[in-house]
Amino acid sequence: MTVLAIAAKELALYFTSFLFYALAAVFLVLSGYFFYTNLGFFVLMGGVDLPRGLWQYQLLDVQRLLLVLVPLLTMRLFAEERKLGTLELLWTYPVRDGEIIAGKFVACLAVVTLMLAATALHPLLVARFYPVAAGPLLAGYLGLWLLAAAFIACGLSISAMTESQLVAGAATYGLLLFFWVITWNEAAVNEVTLHLLVPFSLFDRFYTFARGGVDTGNVCYLVLFTIAFLAFTFFALDSRRWRGVR
Amino acid sequence: MSAGPMIEVRSLTKSFGAVEAVAGISFRVDAGEIVGFLGPNGAGKTTTMRILAGIFPPTSGSVSIAGRDPVREPLACRRAVGYFPEYAPFYPDLRVAEYLRFVARLKRLPRADRRDAVARVLGSCGLEAMAHRRIGTLSKGYRQRVGLAQALLGDPPILILDEPTIGLDPGQVVEIRELIHDLRGTRTVFFSSHILSEVEAVCERVIVIARGRLVGEGTPGDLSARLGRRRRLVLRVDGPSADVAAALAAVPGVDRVDVDGGAFVLETGVDGDPVRAAGEVLQRRGWVIRELRHETADLEEIFLRLVDGGLAS
Repeated sequence: MTVLAIAAKELALYFTSFLFYALAAVFLVLSGYFFYTNLGFFVLMGGVDLPRGLWQYQLLDVQRLLLVLVPLLTMRLFAEERKLGTLELLWTYPVRDGEIIAGKFVACLAVVTLMLAATALHPLLVARFYPVAAGPLLAGYLGLWLLAAAFIACGLSISAMTESQLVAGAATYGLLLFFWVITWNEAAVNEVTLHLLVPFSLFDRFYTFARGGVDTGNVCYLVLFTIAFLAFTFFALDSRRWRGVR
Repeated sequence: MSAGPMIEVRSLTKSFGAVEAVAGISFRVDAGEIVGFLGPNGAGKTTTMRILAGIFPPTSGSVSIAGRDPVREPLACRRAVGYFPEYAPFYPDLRVAEYLRFVARLKRLPRADRRDAVARVLGSCGLEAMAHRRIGTLSKGYRQRVGLAQALLGDPPILILDEPTIGLDPGQVVEIRELIHDLRGTRTVFFSSHILSEVEAVCERVIVIARGRLVGEGTPGDLSARLGRRRRLVLRVDGPSADVAAALAAVPGVDRVDVDGGAFVLETGVDGDPVRAAGEVLQRRGWVIRELRHETADLEEIFLRLVDGGLAS
């Protein structure tokens, strides 16, 4: 109940902020542009395998858009409340920290889900003149959704540590990029280290989803990643015990 | 409402790293009392109030809110307390009624009661006309009322108000004071201030802290007496400085005369009124009074005197 109250307030703030509409516009225009170019490529290549020929590229592009989008959506969630001093007020209501975190997480995930749902337009367009198998595509969207949840949890935890939205946004970009590039330079690390690092690459995890496969290990990893960062958020809020309200 | 302490604080300390914000204070506030919490900036008032509101636990010592321990039963304690934080933080983009409905849900008021509860606090805080305005567009006075409204929402038996009148103009200060005054008897109110006269106007009892320690407690009258508060009279007079000073020093009720620049500063007791006598003396000698004013010792000085006087029992 209180989780929904927090979520409803966050949604109200999103939908009254210009930032949300600007981000939604950027997201939709760019994902549309990616779809247009990916479709052109698919047709040019003779268009045989839809999941690997089109959706894989499209989903990977949307994933990159999520990377750009999510930190801008999460940065204000706690930092703004710290700055305004309203977080202090929330702590005096009969609400657990976990409920505050859950409410904000749910609200942000709802916003991203809404944006992802809008991109369903692309497969619907293709389906009008080409048979689309729903399975691989749904797997890809499940992956995007889990990835978005992981990004949001990460952004939320950083936002809970600072009262500067800018710092929260910048640090979230930094951390998410780190999880992206972690396995890029394979030559720089030895075989063993690489083996240890690969499991932590969020983006390598997503690759299987993009190709239409749901791997239980990958699902568990993304869910655990999300839970871990929600726990960090909890500790960040709980730090008021020893560092005070600011 | 049952008698007995609604707020009880025992040997409370709170440290942040090496900084000891509260250094062992004890006091109690009984049901229905309006108690002022006085101290200079940085004395530990806000930290104490945050502990009472359940924002963070004490480092040592204990607190009881309506007989419960906020560390063990945080939600029950928070339900019993309406808290008004210093500077009344607000969400600029929410509308007043929308915000209060949000608070009503967080305070877990039953769905059926929320509308009435919000309407009631809008009424008692004089906010009906502002219900649909965004909080960010309101004047400071109205925002402060929104802060009070959220504290009052749900009728908590205990109100903890941290500097509810700070930053307001005198008219608004009076309004907020009247609001607090109207709560007399029905709520237990614990409110902080660093303005002595304000606390005197509203409270039955005052608790004074400085540097994290309790330095005085009692009725405002008690406290003034224990402080031995003195008055100062500042005079500007046309006349030979040394002679004027000597003549003023001889006036009954004047304990001391200092010459400060061109002015004579007379120290007097609280009861005596040497103004008439001083005036007569000066007139007799043909010296003209250019200026005459009373000066009360500033608050910081009173606190320091309390601290140095070791009034803490």
